[in-house]
Amino acid sequence: MSEKEQVNLTRRNLLGGTAAAMAGLTIAPGIILVETAQAKPKDQPVTDAVRWGILININNCADDCTGCVDACQEENGWGKGSSDESKSRPDQKAQWIRKVKVTDRETGHAKTLPMMCQHCESPPCVDVCPTGASYKRIDGIVLVDKHICIGCRYCMMACPYKARSFIHETLTDQRSYAPRGQGTVESCTMCVHRVDDDQQPACVEACSSTFNSAMIFGDLNDPESKISKELARHGGVRIRADLGLNPGVRYQGIYG
Amino acid sequence: MYIFKLAILTLFLSVTSAQAEVPLPSISKGQGDSCVRATDDMRYNHMDYIQHHRDETMYRGIRTEQDSLKQCVTCHAVKDDDGGYINATDKRHFCSSCHSYASVKIDCFQCHTDTPRSTDIHEPLAQGQ
Repeated sequence: MSEKEQVNLTRRNLLGGTAAAMAGLTIAPGIILVETAQAKPKDQPVTDAVRWGILININNCADDCTGCVDACQEENGWGKGSSDESKSRPDQKAQWIRKVKVTDRETGHAKTLPMMCQHCESPPCVDVCPTGASYKRIDGIVLVDKHICIGCRYCMMACPYKARSFIHETLTDQRSYAPRGQGTVESCTMCVHRVDDDQQPACVEACSSTFNSAMIFGDLNDPESKISKELARHGGVRIRADLGLNPGVRYQGIYG
Repeated sequence: MYIFKLAILTLFLSVTSAQAEVPLPSISKGQGDSCVRATDDMRYNHMDYIQHHRDETMYRGIRTEQDSLKQCVTCHAVKDDDGGYINATDKRHFCSSCHSYASVKIDCFQCHTDTPRSTDIHEPLAQGQ
């Protein structure tokens, strides 16, 4: 290796080290600037170098709080965030994210947790889709291509997390970054439009800025990211891990 | 005499068919000096550009503004007399003005919004709600 290359290598290490240090930069107590090293230009495609995930500590998740659900509705224009679906029954309406109560039958200990698309590494919804509309983006986000979705709802049946909903009614006035239409299936997009813009999903932002800081969003592939460090330190549970789907959404505070 | 009758009939038919013609659409002008591509190119090929960009955005996360439907809707938004945005169900809407003339159904707006709206920018969340 020439001297010049060695110098460049040293420079690269230095820059890499700086970026890693920036990744967890604390702006003020409670507000941490994360994932600054992930900046992606708008004209560049996403890569498989990252795998996005969310870690939810349900011990910090207040039973009566619906901050994540409210933020998702407002951001993506469903439920209270939309004026539509007036004719549908509550169990027919869109549910991108919902609060679920889990109770230990033996001890009676009950907690609530947010449940949404778990963004599996091996998603059953993608396996069963007859048209190829259900797909996993290269960075691990599971989505629906509504242009080719025929609304058969096989994915809804295949999903062990009951994460998807079907739109029964004609909709208007959608968000421009979250198109939704009658006859197609939809679910949590991990706020893919925000992630591509180097922001966190709306639920995570709402939870961390206003409420209980129960959610961490980040790159599971990067050992230096906050989510990976937290998982390495305190661990996390995959719901229905027995299915071997390896979800990108992990939980702390639930056992077996 | 026969030829004369035929000429009268032909003249009559041409006049009635001219009267039955659908009036040409009145197309509103978009914002700015020019479109992202030449107008004649856009007239013929806009659907291909939009569709190509759609797949780039959905599958590869490329979110540039050129050729994005969101940008089309933003630049070509038409307001009515009261200052409200006109929906695609109205023939005064930029897309609908031509599509209704050509009798070509637009599927885009079954899912995509047909007007720009203030909530498209992340105002509420940026302020921390």
